[in-house]
Amino acid sequence: MDLFALVFYVFSILIVGSAVFMVFSKNIVHSAFALMFTLGGIAVFYALLYAGFVAVTQLLVYVGGILVLILFGVMLTTRGYFEKVKTRTVNMLPAALFSGIAGVLLIVVFVSTEWALDPLAEGEVSLTGLGALLLTEFILPFQVTGVLLLLAIIAAVLMSSRKRIPESELQNRT
Amino acid sequence: MSLPVWLAEPGLNHFLIVSAILFSLGLLAVISRRNLILVLMGIELILNAANLNFVAFSRYGSLSLDGHMIALFVIIIAAAEAAVALAIALNIYNRFGTVDVERISELKE
Amino acid sequence: MELLQSLSLVTLFLPLAGFVLLIFFGKRLPRQGDWLATGLLSVAFLLSVFVMILRLTAPEAVLSTSWSWVQIGDLPAAGGLNIELGIRIDNLTAVMLAVVTLISLVVHLFSIGYMQGDVRYSRYFAYLGLFTFSMLGIVVTNNLLMMYMFWELVGLSSYLLIGHWYEKKSASNAAMKAFIVNRIGDAGMFIGIMILFVQFSTFSFDVIFGAVASGELPFESQSWLTAAGILIFCGAVGKSAQFPLQVWLPDAMEGPTPVSALIHAATMVAAGVFLVARMFPLLTADALLVIAWIGAGTSLLAATIAITQYDIKKVLAWSTISQLGYMVMALGVGAYAAGMMHLVTHAAFKAGLFLASGAVIYAMHAALHNQKDHQTDAQDIRNMGGLHSRMPVTYWTFLIFTLAISGIPFTSGFLSKDEILAGTLAFSTLNGHYVLPLIAFAVAGMTAFYMFRLLILTFHGKPADSDRLSMIREVPAVMMVPLMILAALSLFFFYSFNPFGASSGWLYQALEHPGSVVPDAMGPVAESVMHQAVSSVHTLVMILSIVIAVSGLAFAWLVYEKRSISADKMATAMGTLYRGSVSKWYFDEMYQAVFVNGTMALARLMNGFDHRIIDGIVNGSATVTRGVSRISGWIDHVFIDGLVNFLANITGAIGMKLRRIQTGQIQHYLVFAIFGFLVLLFVFLSI
Repeated sequence: MDLFALVFYVFSILIVGSAVFMVFSKNIVHSAFALMFTLGGIAVFYALLYAGFVAVTQLLVYVGGILVLILFGVMLTTRGYFEKVKTRTVNMLPAALFSGIAGVLLIVVFVSTEWALDPLAEGEVSLTGLGALLLTEFILPFQVTGVLLLLAIIAAVLMSSRKRIPESELQNRT
Repeated sequence: MSLPVWLAEPGLNHFLIVSAILFSLGLLAVISRRNLILVLMGIELILNAANLNFVAFSRYGSLSLDGHMIALFVIIIAAAEAAVALAIALNIYNRFGTVDVERISELKE
Repeated sequence: MELLQSLSLVTLFLPLAGFVLLIFFGKRLPRQGDWLATGLLSVAFLLSVFVMILRLTAPEAVLSTSWSWVQIGDLPAAGGLNIELGIRIDNLTAVMLAVVTLISLVVHLFSIGYMQGDVRYSRYFAYLGLFTFSMLGIVVTNNLLMMYMFWELVGLSSYLLIGHWYEKKSASNAAMKAFIVNRIGDAGMFIGIMILFVQFSTFSFDVIFGAVASGELPFESQSWLTAAGILIFCGAVGKSAQFPLQVWLPDAMEGPTPVSALIHAATMVAAGVFLVARMFPLLTADALLVIAWIGAGTSLLAATIAITQYDIKKVLAWSTISQLGYMVMALGVGAYAAGMMHLVTHAAFKAGLFLASGAVIYAMHAALHNQKDHQTDAQDIRNMGGLHSRMPVTYWTFLIFTLAISGIPFTSGFLSKDEILAGTLAFSTLNGHYVLPLIAFAVAGMTAFYMFRLLILTFHGKPADSDRLSMIREVPAVMMVPLMILAALSLFFFYSFNPFGASSGWLYQALEHPGSVVPDAMGPVAESVMHQAVSSVHTLVMILSIVIAVSGLAFAWLVYEKRSISADKMATAMGTLYRGSVSKWYFDEMYQAVFVNGTMALARLMNGFDHRIIDGIVNGSATVTRGVSRISGWIDHVFIDGLVNFLANITGAIGMKLRRIQTGQIQHYLVFAIFGFLVLLFVFLSI
């Protein structure tokens, strides 16, 4: 068994294990930390798949950004910091059965399909190439994503500001 | 000791299987947990499963670098989604005093 | 990059740096950052003088540098697009750099005194920086696209500055008017640029000139080139307030007076003349003729209006339009160097005139404030008179500027005006357009008359109110120094050591005539022939212009100082002409009637059409429909409704049962959705 396989198996166990922990844990803070391990493991997978830049982005955006956001969300939506943060789980058995069926079906499809294989050589992925793609073929999505992010920022700020400014005050501000 | 090939050399299918498991776990979180934040985390898990597929196909399939690009966009859009969704969660919390989705069923009537 | 280019770039970006710093931190800086803006500009001025000296002493240095900006497609030949940014430092640019930064610097200095205590003091200096930056951009660019961008920036910053006191309705209206009138010209300019771009797929001056020189014409026709030239000139018509878009400039007087100085001397209106000079090699004989006539018409129109105005700034505004008409006319007749030289000399003395009038207004305001008089107009020359004893420095500098603009010998204005008159006369002897020099000489006489009328009414004669006069104080030193600098620059020796001929001076030499790239550009007038003609009429023109200027001066002296000829009687004698001049030949009213009211009338007409015809049709059909529907309503009620109600009751019963599925829980809905997806997956798998 070579290093690649070893890393793959170790990290797939980590990913799946912490994902399971995340889903079944009663404590939401623990869930959030389990999610961190899952995301980190996936970043390692990206690196295994020659997608170094995606791996770094995954670490930066997911682990560094989204996870922190989620933790903030946890903190802001619970009363009191010292209370145990417990959450309920309902209909566990039917839900587990349902998603189990979904997962098995997906695996069956994945394994039974004859994929057209055209493996990437290691040197084929370069940051320069990605950058060039971003500014030529993907320029429109790139720009649109920028606008989307801006909108998201504005929307998030607008929605999470608690008090609305009264009409009368608005008029005084000319 | 020699392992069978399918075990010793992880390929496309192995990654796809991991992603399928992640997908079903995410789905489970989304449909069974009652905490809005946990539902969000489940969605992140599903997005990551899809992303893993993109990158895996980019490595083994004929997707070439496009897979990487789409994965990047997915990550970025997930960030935007998380920001807006958490703002919504905060708003809901401010209004109903809870983030339990079962109690927030205004859509019904 | 060469030293020259880098220095010019630094000069270009210094005012922008001032703008950015002041707009963000202006309020927090000590003295609101006026020292910062002024300091940056003085550095820019020193650098630009250095650039000018470098350029003029090393004529073989590299002219232009470009950087790739937008690149679409790999092969420029196969439909690809390559847009470049670049700068071009030739003699014209170098001279203009120095002029713009100098005027801007003195305006900055003057503003420190004039704008003291203004509510938006730092904002004002920030906008001055932006204005200077935009104008410098126009000057240094080497392509049409960048020129257009900076052109619009100039429009924007003039809008911001004219509307600086936007609490005043008239100021914000004037700002909007300036902006909108300029847009009209800019639209033409844009179309002109696009005509050239469609043919040559580049914006670069050098490439376009080269292509035209090698015989390539837009759509293979010289008339398209003429059209492009005239359309681009439209932009200049807007910015330089030429006929018929001259209406915005007098209203722009609503801005602070130093801003008027900047707009009139170096930045805004000079941009139009500069544009014509830049595009000069491309202009065909027909385009040049149109330009010459528009310039001449504008200068005559504005001069006749200036004679009867009483607002000190309005007189100066109309005189600017008149002088701009002069420059445009000079370019049109091919007297390129004369026109550009007049731009430079005019920049100095017109900035001086505005700053001096600013000083007068400042002093008047202070005096009126002391008298607690808020009714009297501080800008009306009828309320002044006799100020020379109280404001000696302002008076003497104002006198020098007035002499210069009137074209009296030993001033800079004489040198450049003389060359323009000579060029115009030479053009007419070769071409037969004898009305052009006639207009030019008439305007020269009128200029001398109305400028001395202004001087005498303001500084001489009986004061309108002797109490007020005793309260007038000379302005502080920070406002006096700029006046003195500009007065020195309005004398002849700075431009040429020969007071009676500019052609041997360094400036005239530096502004060398760019060869035209259009075949037979000047019509029958070749450049060498023109040159010959100019030198043959030069002496005659000089004598004529001195006689005319002095007689204009003397006439003004007789009417307003000696009062041996009554101004009122003259006004009555002139009748219609006088009334026309006072009301600016009714251009504003005309535009109001034709364009504004025309649009409104059209809208009303459409509204009426809507009301009567369309509404009538709609109402008529509504009546008919109502009749038909009454009948069908009965049928509906009895037959259809019975069926529908029956169905509805069944559906309602089912719905009541199914309602339980709609739990309002998104998760339940999600389960249904994914269930559906899984079923589909199954189906596809089994096929």
